[in-house]
Amino acid sequence: MSGTFRLYVGFALVMLLAALVFGTVAAFVFLSPALGAYLPFEQLRPMHVSAALFWIITAATAGVMHYKKEVFGEAREPFLQRAFMVLWIATTMSVFVFYAFRKFGGREYWEFPPLLGVPILLAWLLLLVAYFRSWARRTTPAPLYVWMWTTGILFFLFTFIEQNLYHVPWFRDYYLREITVQWKSNGAMVGAWNQMIYGTALFLMVRISGDEGIARGQKVFVFWFLGLSNLMFNWGHHIYNVPTAGWIRHVAYGISMAEWIFLINIMRGFRSKLDEHKKFKHLLTYRFLIASELWIFLNLFLALLMSVPAINRYTHGTHITVAHAMGTTIGINTMILLASFSNMLRVDELPATRKRWMDLGRTLALASLLVFWCALIGAGMLKGYRDVALGMTDFQQMMRPVLTVLHVFAFAGLGVLAGLGMVAWNYLGALRKLDP
Amino acid sequence: MRTVLAILLLLFATYTVLVYGYGHGDRDERASAAVREGMRTWQKENCASCHQLYGLGGYMGPDLTNITSQRDTLRIRTFIRYGTGRMPGHALSDVEIDKMIAFLGWVDRTGTRIMPPEATHWTGTYLLEKP
Repeated sequence: MSGTFRLYVGFALVMLLAALVFGTVAAFVFLSPALGAYLPFEQLRPMHVSAALFWIITAATAGVMHYKKEVFGEAREPFLQRAFMVLWIATTMSVFVFYAFRKFGGREYWEFPPLLGVPILLAWLLLLVAYFRSWARRTTPAPLYVWMWTTGILFFLFTFIEQNLYHVPWFRDYYLREITVQWKSNGAMVGAWNQMIYGTALFLMVRISGDEGIARGQKVFVFWFLGLSNLMFNWGHHIYNVPTAGWIRHVAYGISMAEWIFLINIMRGFRSKLDEHKKFKHLLTYRFLIASELWIFLNLFLALLMSVPAINRYTHGTHITVAHAMGTTIGINTMILLASFSNMLRVDELPATRKRWMDLGRTLALASLLVFWCALIGAGMLKGYRDVALGMTDFQQMMRPVLTVLHVFAFAGLGVLAGLGMVAWNYLGALRKLDP
Repeated sequence: MRTVLAILLLLFATYTVLVYGYGHGDRDERASAAVREGMRTWQKENCASCHQLYGLGGYMGPDLTNITSQRDTLRIRTFIRYGTGRMPGHALSDVEIDKMIAFLGWVDRTGTRIMPPEATHWTGTYLLEKP
């Protein structure tokens, strides 16, 4: 592991800690704005969102860069890859400097001034070239995880460019076109980083089980194509209530209903998962991976319900959307990325006391996340009922009981912070002690 | 495998072109110079951190999709300038505030944020009539 890569992994963990701290403080400031006298909510939210996004993307790319070394047989780290890491870290840090001076770009997810998109794009191109140069050395047919990493990297580039099309007047001069293209790219971008993350999860499962077959069979490729179709066409549920052309809604609805196949498949594989669990439960890497599977099940079920337009009518714009976002980013993405880092940092070789602390952190985070997730769903149901069913027009009156439920969410957030904080802190310690 | 992937990518490219060209339906009105300026101010002030348009954005304040048809201009102007208990005031000039209101009016004319119940089809999807 090179010095630059260690810095990159450490930076990802710092982003995770920052996302947790900003998110927890933002939750309390949301409930009592007076608490945000020095750092108000409108600054905390972009800080939290950007830190979370950069944690996910940085850790996802760290996984791809680290494991491709083994898969492609790389002798040393490509220079372009090192240049990517340095530029990525420098740009990410600049984002927070801009936020500190209240300079925003005002777009959902990417709330920093658009000029910073240039170094991000440049950095990604460096990664892309480095990745494909390594890919060219491959001699055997690519297993599924390689295809997943590749499509993830390519689609991230495409969706990032698409997200910035609003700079072209033709796109932004019509509001419905602007919002449609914006959410087409936002929705697909989530799919892009999921490809990288799920690819790494598959790689880890192959490594743990020693069975390369699970990444090469016809069935896994069929499921991958289904997932890819979701990435490409299933973004429409974000804008069901926007009066776009009807076919956008119908295509998204149809594609999202295909996700029932994933849900049924998870349920069918439950018994074999139990056997597998007995075999590998002593490994922390495996425990993180299996936690993500539980959250895939819960979030998929929630997503399927939210993807029915008639139900979405009540859930859209409520905290149920936040529950889904938090469930996927913490429950699925973060759990897989922590499994990836656990393997990378050889956490399973650490002394038992350290591992116990990390396992305690994982358990605390998962239990708190469940309370956190349920509270958000409860708050969302209440808001949806009062807003859509009762048609309440006074926002403060509508939100009063919702805010009461959100107190549970904020306190559960402290548990998530403490649990994941314990894990991240120990990982940073393991990174420091790792042989170069 | 490569054939399936190529077909998927081709479908995606076609769908992308269709979305760009025809996806926005026929309710849109071209932005004026004032609307464009107002949109820029909306983004610069990061209003989406707390407010939603069509249910997309933050949760601190109300959804503002149809605010210009629900509140008069004077009230909106006062809210933007001085804020409320939970909302900070914004140090914007009269011209900037007018342009932001022009932007919100432009958004408002595209539709309503909550689907009317009669738009829900028995299959669970929405079927929207032209305004």
